[in-house]
Amino acid sequence: MFSRRVFMKNGGLALLSLGFAPAFLARTVEAAGARRKILITIFQRGAVDGLNMVVPFGEQDYYAARPSIAIPRPGAAESAIDLDGFFGLHPRLAPLKPLWDARQLAIVHASGSPDGTRSHFDAQDYMETATPGVKSTPDGWLNRYLHAREHADATPFRAVALAGQLPRMLQGTAPALAITQLGQFGIRAGQASEMVQASFESEYAAAADAVLHRTGGQAFDAVKMLKSADPAKYQPENGAEYPRSAYGDALRQIAQLVKADVGLEVAFAEAGGWDTHVNQGASAGQLGARLDDFGRGIAALARDLGDRMADIVILTMSEFGRAVAENGNRGTDHGHGNAMFVIGGQVRGGKVHGRWPGLAREQRYDGRDLAVTTDFRSVFAEVVRGHLGVTDTSKIFPGFSDAQRVGVIGP
Amino acid sequence: MRSPLRVSVTVLAAIALSVGVPSAAGPAKPAQADDKTILHVLNRVAFGARPGDVDRVREMGLTTYIERQLHPERIADPQMAEHLAGFVTLNKSSRALADEYYIPVQRARQQAKAAAAADPTMSGAPPKTPEQMQLARQERTIVLELSQQKILRAVYSERQLEEVMTDFWFNHFNVFANKGATQQYLTEYERDTIRPRVLGKFRDLLGATAKSPAMLFYLDNWQSADPEADARRQQARPRARALFPRAPAMPENAARQKRGLNENYGRELMELHTLGVDGGYTQQDVINVARAFTGWTIEQPRQGGGFRFEPRLHDMGEKIVLGHRIRGGGGQSDGEEVLDILAKHPATARFIATKLVRRFVADTPPQDLVDRAAERFVDTGGDIREVVRVILTSREFLAPEAYRAKVKTPFEFVVSAIRATGSDVRGAEALVGSVRQLGMPLYLCQPPTGYADRAEAWVNTGALLNRMNFALQLVGGRMRGVEPGAAPVAPLLAGQLSETTAATIAKATDPRQVAALTLGSPEFQRR
Repeated sequence: MFSRRVFMKNGGLALLSLGFAPAFLARTVEAAGARRKILITIFQRGAVDGLNMVVPFGEQDYYAARPSIAIPRPGAAESAIDLDGFFGLHPRLAPLKPLWDARQLAIVHASGSPDGTRSHFDAQDYMETATPGVKSTPDGWLNRYLHAREHADATPFRAVALAGQLPRMLQGTAPALAITQLGQFGIRAGQASEMVQASFESEYAAAADAVLHRTGGQAFDAVKMLKSADPAKYQPENGAEYPRSAYGDALRQIAQLVKADVGLEVAFAEAGGWDTHVNQGASAGQLGARLDDFGRGIAALARDLGDRMADIVILTMSEFGRAVAENGNRGTDHGHGNAMFVIGGQVRGGKVHGRWPGLAREQRYDGRDLAVTTDFRSVFAEVVRGHLGVTDTSKIFPGFSDAQRVGVIGP
Repeated sequence: MRSPLRVSVTVLAAIALSVGVPSAAGPAKPAQADDKTILHVLNRVAFGARPGDVDRVREMGLTTYIERQLHPERIADPQMAEHLAGFVTLNKSSRALADEYYIPVQRARQQAKAAAAADPTMSGAPPKTPEQMQLARQERTIVLELSQQKILRAVYSERQLEEVMTDFWFNHFNVFANKGATQQYLTEYERDTIRPRVLGKFRDLLGATAKSPAMLFYLDNWQSADPEADARRQQARPRARALFPRAPAMPENAARQKRGLNENYGRELMELHTLGVDGGYTQQDVINVARAFTGWTIEQPRQGGGFRFEPRLHDMGEKIVLGHRIRGGGGQSDGEEVLDILAKHPATARFIATKLVRRFVADTPPQDLVDRAAERFVDTGGDIREVVRVILTSREFLAPEAYRAKVKTPFEFVVSAIRATGSDVRGAEALVGSVRQLGMPLYLCQPPTGYADRAEAWVNTGALLNRMNFALQLVGGRMRGVEPGAAPVAPLLAGQLSETTAATIAKATDPRQVAALTLGSPEFQRR
């Protein structure tokens, strides 16, 4: 393992003398005094049923609206895990309970978009650009964050999506990487790989073309950096066990990047399969299986990262919630308000934040959905300010001036 | 175009060549351009040079080549049909595509979902049964064939400028394949709406996109209605319901949404299609444009139906758009009037001219050329061919500063690498995957802005490594469906390889490595 700590301890001289230390690594060493904050975002694509994920078991209307799919009140078998006497976690989210107890897990319920669209496409777009109702926003809000925090120590691993493609959230003019397998990041030419890589490297090093020269240099720096981190040999710590899924893999690799000290600031992962229109299930079944994967992944990540969680926030989101009442197929149709998780060492956890609007028909949005009482941008903005330390968020969240104080993090 | 000369042109072109011979297009001018200039033109007017292209253009003369390309209808393209012969969806109507692909897939997917969900032992990701894999494949067919077609045309078509312009205008009037029912309309959209008009009149192209179900669906105008219309429509409800018989659980839940004004198309029409974001329109203009387009909808939108004007949804009131009064009591003509106003607006001429100059000349378009192109746009009533001619014959375009000023998009990079090496594409499916991996999934650009046409958008560490790996894969014969060609690539860079790149390449002994190190070089990333 080749981390900044080790590197500093050895003075970096050995590596430098081999002509091996990437330029930005040296810069990283200089800047090592400041502790880098990291934000990990997880998108639940397809609109998770927030009402079964974080169950308002204190609401009689919840049970009336969901005769076959409601999660039983705490105490019964396969019942909601009591959080505060009113809300409970879905039983498959039991792995998250220790984080709640340690006050590292905060929940913002009835959060969501001011825009009423029930289109997955539009709602994801709005959430990722953080400009609800405006489709032509060219970049994602995380990319705008990267711009707001430009600094000389930025590495190619500053923003990484562990995904096949860069999500809209990270798209824009600030560099960001999309990788599915860290082990495959590099030049692949079989036995000749090293030789070919060296050749390409010298081409780009000599390029008069400023843009390609710089980016090429970063690319090869990144390859070497990862190779030193040796992703193949990674062993999770503290007995963390990631679920065996693409999502679990993504989270494990995020932990690898954090520990490899390659300059990670923003990471992204996603999990799908939430569009439960038919036979959603209650404690067991379709949604339960998805939440099992989801919860075990986050629990493993937090466990694996251990003390490092002091400088990390994990933020989860989904484009909208699902209707309060179950439909004719024991599933749920597209709704409005939803629940977000904010997890980290500095988070005001052990609390369900946000104003609860109630589930009675007249309290619902359009008479059918959980109303939104906290704009998702208020949560994003608070994390950006309170955790990442950006004071002026007006460029990151254009046109959003009325952010509420949510209270999940920050002074 | 209708002259008797056309026959002889077609015959000659068919016999003689692959670049598109001048013959009747006008007296061939003496070839004076040097190879660097010719390569530059081939990099912009075409998707890069193939082996032998430089000689062919030199022989016919550069001016003649450009003039030929400006008239794709005069260029015979006999090989193209053969390359596209294996595809089953490209000639089908949207209605047929809906019947054969979209509807059955939606239905089967719902059934599969219900069946899987009914099984309590099932967990997590849905199991991949052969039926489901077949279903997933069927669902992807429309976009996959369209994408392969796009690559094959860019590689093989003799009408290269037509391909460049089709790419440009599709991107300008972008729609996203994965927004619900949009995919069933894509094939028709590119084939019948965009392609025939890429060098025609802008107003004609604008009007065609405005009425296309692809755009109506993608930007929601099909759902936009006079808010008062619902009250008027009470008695018509049963019919509206009947439009969606047994609809498979609709992602957009359209039937439930309250009908009302949707500003989406009105806004993008001005911001992205015509005036540009600084074009001087107000929010009130957006609302009034949206009002003018109420009733422009789709007949049976989830079954591949076409454009329909529905008077019952239309807002009959008076509208003021950019200072023009559109009288009350109109109908479909309100929208047409708006398109007339926008197409004639000087901001539109500037906006379109700027984008075209950026595509052909440089990321930062030379202002003087933009002004001349915009002026030509106004003078010719928005004749795209004339505007493009102004650009392609300008001194700015042919100036050495413009050479390699543009970074290739992933699509341009992949296609130009195939062309440069003279590789033989038997199946383009793997190439579709490569373009996606390089960050530019075809027909899958989500925002209405389309893909960016600037270097910053395409130069990043991951993408750059992927380009090098693509080069290695291609020349190493590891690209499924592609027989790598052995044509030397370096000459196509016309002495613009840096000393280091040249020296590095010279050290390689294996000819395939030579090719890979050239295609992956910084120099080849530009056009």
